[in-house]
Amino acid sequence: MSAFLLRRLWQMVPTLFGVILLVFVLFNFVGGDPAYLLAGKISNPAQIESIRNQLGLNESYAVQLGIFIKQVVTADFGSSWSTNEPVSQIIATRIGPSLVVLIPILVIETVLAILIAVLVAYVRSSLTDRAIMVACTVAMSVSLLVYIIVGQYVLAYQFGWFPVQGWGESLRENLLKYAALPVLLGVAVGIAPNVRLYRTFILDEVNQDYVRTARAKGLDENTVMLKHVLRNALIPIITNLMAYLPALLIGHFLIERFFSIPGIGREVIMAVERSDFPVIKAITIYVAIATMVINLLTDLLYKAVDPRVKLQ
Amino acid sequence: MSELLSVSHLRVSFRLDKATTIEAVKGVSFTVSAGETLAIVGESGSGKSVTALAIMGLLPKENSNVAAGSSVRWQGRELLGLPNRELRTLRGSDIAMIFQDPMSSLNPLFTVGDQIAEVLVTHHEMTWKAARKRAVALLDEVGIPEPAQRAKLYPFQLSGGQQQRGMIAMAMAGEPKLLIADEPTTALDVTIQKQIIELVNTLREKRGMAVMWISHDLAVVGEIADRVIVMRHGEIRETGTVADIFTRPQDAYTQALLQCHPPLDHRPRRLAVIDDFLEGKPPAIALQREARPQVGAGETAIAPILEVRNLSKHFEFREGLFGKRLLKAVDNVSFTLPKGRTVGLVGESGSGKSTVGLTIMRLHQATAGEVLFEGKNLLTMSAREQMPYKRRIQIIFQNPYASLNPRFVVGDILLEPMRIHGIGANEREREALARTLLDKVGLPALTLRKYPHEFSGGQRQRIAIARALSLQPDVLICDESVSALDVSVQAQVLNLLQDLRDEFGMSYLFISHDLAVVKYIADQVLVMHAGEIVESAPSDDIYRNPQHAYTRNLLRAIPRGYAHKTLVAS
Repeated sequence: MSAFLLRRLWQMVPTLFGVILLVFVLFNFVGGDPAYLLAGKISNPAQIESIRNQLGLNESYAVQLGIFIKQVVTADFGSSWSTNEPVSQIIATRIGPSLVVLIPILVIETVLAILIAVLVAYVRSSLTDRAIMVACTVAMSVSLLVYIIVGQYVLAYQFGWFPVQGWGESLRENLLKYAALPVLLGVAVGIAPNVRLYRTFILDEVNQDYVRTARAKGLDENTVMLKHVLRNALIPIITNLMAYLPALLIGHFLIERFFSIPGIGREVIMAVERSDFPVIKAITIYVAIATMVINLLTDLLYKAVDPRVKLQ
Repeated sequence: MSELLSVSHLRVSFRLDKATTIEAVKGVSFTVSAGETLAIVGESGSGKSVTALAIMGLLPKENSNVAAGSSVRWQGRELLGLPNRELRTLRGSDIAMIFQDPMSSLNPLFTVGDQIAEVLVTHHEMTWKAARKRAVALLDEVGIPEPAQRAKLYPFQLSGGQQQRGMIAMAMAGEPKLLIADEPTTALDVTIQKQIIELVNTLREKRGMAVMWISHDLAVVGEIADRVIVMRHGEIRETGTVADIFTRPQDAYTQALLQCHPPLDHRPRRLAVIDDFLEGKPPAIALQREARPQVGAGETAIAPILEVRNLSKHFEFREGLFGKRLLKAVDNVSFTLPKGRTVGLVGESGSGKSTVGLTIMRLHQATAGEVLFEGKNLLTMSAREQMPYKRRIQIIFQNPYASLNPRFVVGDILLEPMRIHGIGANEREREALARTLLDKVGLPALTLRKYPHEFSGGQRQRIAIARALSLQPDVLICDESVSALDVSVQAQVLNLLQDLRDEFGMSYLFISHDLAVVKYIADQVLVMHAGEIVESAPSDDIYRNPQHAYTRNLLRAIPRGYAHKTLVAS
């Protein structure tokens, strides 16, 4: 176990270096000259030259790469080129609101999807099953924009159940008041594909021999489905769920934009628009690190659920 | 004896799609009395397992239908139509069931002890703590060493035999009056099979329970049963005491089943096939008895076509931070295959016999050793050099369901290798060749346009044989090629292989766990154990006078049916 952890943590070093190299190459050779971008339209060669000096762009590639690595190691990516706000501060202040919306969506969506999937898998090929599957397909086919517009107009504006948009100061206020409608809509649009997917995972298990054994023991259907079948189906469900987690770091642009939530999603989109390299670099590196850490967590989780998994 | 179970006019059908319904069980009636062992024998599709599942109320509810007029009575009480809630109180307590493949029948994510304890908690309202303690006692009863430690293990940490013992312990937990055993030893090695048979017999005597033993193997049934039911195509062909069935079989099908399996005491020229009996022309016993001459004994004159020298295949596994563990799957194996002869390679699962075949084919990279084909080492050849030799050595695998590409029609399966190796001048010639091959293996030319799933297991294995033959190989490696087939089909395929060898002068490396089959087909037999060849002798000698302790053990474990049992008893 500890050998496995050490090996995996050690393997992260070359992987991260690969990511750093890739980002460095992309920004230096594909991204255009940042000095021109920064100087804007009214620029003369002298100004550009001084900006190049400030950014260290006149140094050799080796020195520039060294600076980048240092930024990654110290987690200090400097300041945003467009707002001059430190990158670390941008991420620290914007990630919170995003997570206040996205984590409830993820948790509610997963729990609900699993429950519905177990139910439809149990009554498989019945009318209920088919009706829910059709409803899922329809729900999947409608754009999130439609959900947002209809939700804001009907539920928030006409019925007045939720604020149309906005964001407050305290976590409690945000979670219960401002995040409620975005979470509801996020769940509504995200749940359908998960139900369909989890249903197939569960159906794969329902026909296994051990399910027949469980019934032959005289267990009731609840125990068969929720204890024996679901635990086995959890393995692919975990894979699916964990693969999504790194995306939490880049927020959800549409939801944040429409509900005026000061989240990271807007920052990411704005940074790309303005070629705000420090912000983009920082986010890219953090997503890469999160992906590696979550992959490791996923493997540990497999081990917890499935005794057959060998961590080597 | 009091009657426990009475099944009458049981009819079960399965709806495959809107248009097709198949009748799996067509009006079956029988009874099981307390304390007796009733065996139901039949080939795949005979409806024997479906009958068992119908008794347990475990048929898949979506597409199965038990016809009106069917009846399953347990101690006088009708079970069909009983609500699931009431059936549940019988299942696992009064009637328990064990299945074919213990590995897949146990839930992989729970410990064996907990899976046994679950029965006790469900039926006897025990606390988990008490139930776990009782589970250890049950594991002890079914002969698992160190039961307290083993109870805490997961199924994958136990051997196949121990898993089946665990399943039996689980069945015993509810103190059943009837144990339904559905092919409980089919997935196990012969030596383990013998132990499981003995265990079930002991438990039956000790607990006075009845056993319904379902099997395709008459030899096994002969050792265990009091009464036997022979089923085919959903109907009962014959019912009788075990003595009647084995010594005075009335039905042609029963007679055929008894004759189809290769015998151990002599070597018939051909094996009987079921159709001979059903068409009322049983092959003359003389032809049956006529010994096929054994070739290969002591002959050195024939040049070897294939010579394997010191072949090893080791697998490495990582362990710990820097550690490695070595598995010697094949270790220092040497043998020669003379031209036109058959060498049999026997061993139990994990003995490395299949790895030998795969390594010769270079489907595994050998760790060490040489494979000389007409004197040239196959293992050191470049891909280009090896190409002509690839054609000359072909392999047929065990599972005809998995080894044919499901998206290819049979025509493509046969033509593709010919195209790759440039056999036949053009497409027309190749097709003609494919048709001849199909004819040779007894399939109609129409087969070319069909997909593998449209054929039965036996037909599929013939397609696999035709595919191998399409390259006109000199050496054919048969890796458990008849193991997945029913006895009657197995006899047909063995006869076919025999004919093809005589006609084309091919040489076979015949890999199997079934000693009777190997004895029938092989001239020389190699016994493999833990990656090494422990004994090598002409076929007849090895069965008459086995030298190695492992070979003797293996031979002793083969079920020999009723005659043997009575012989030993007297």
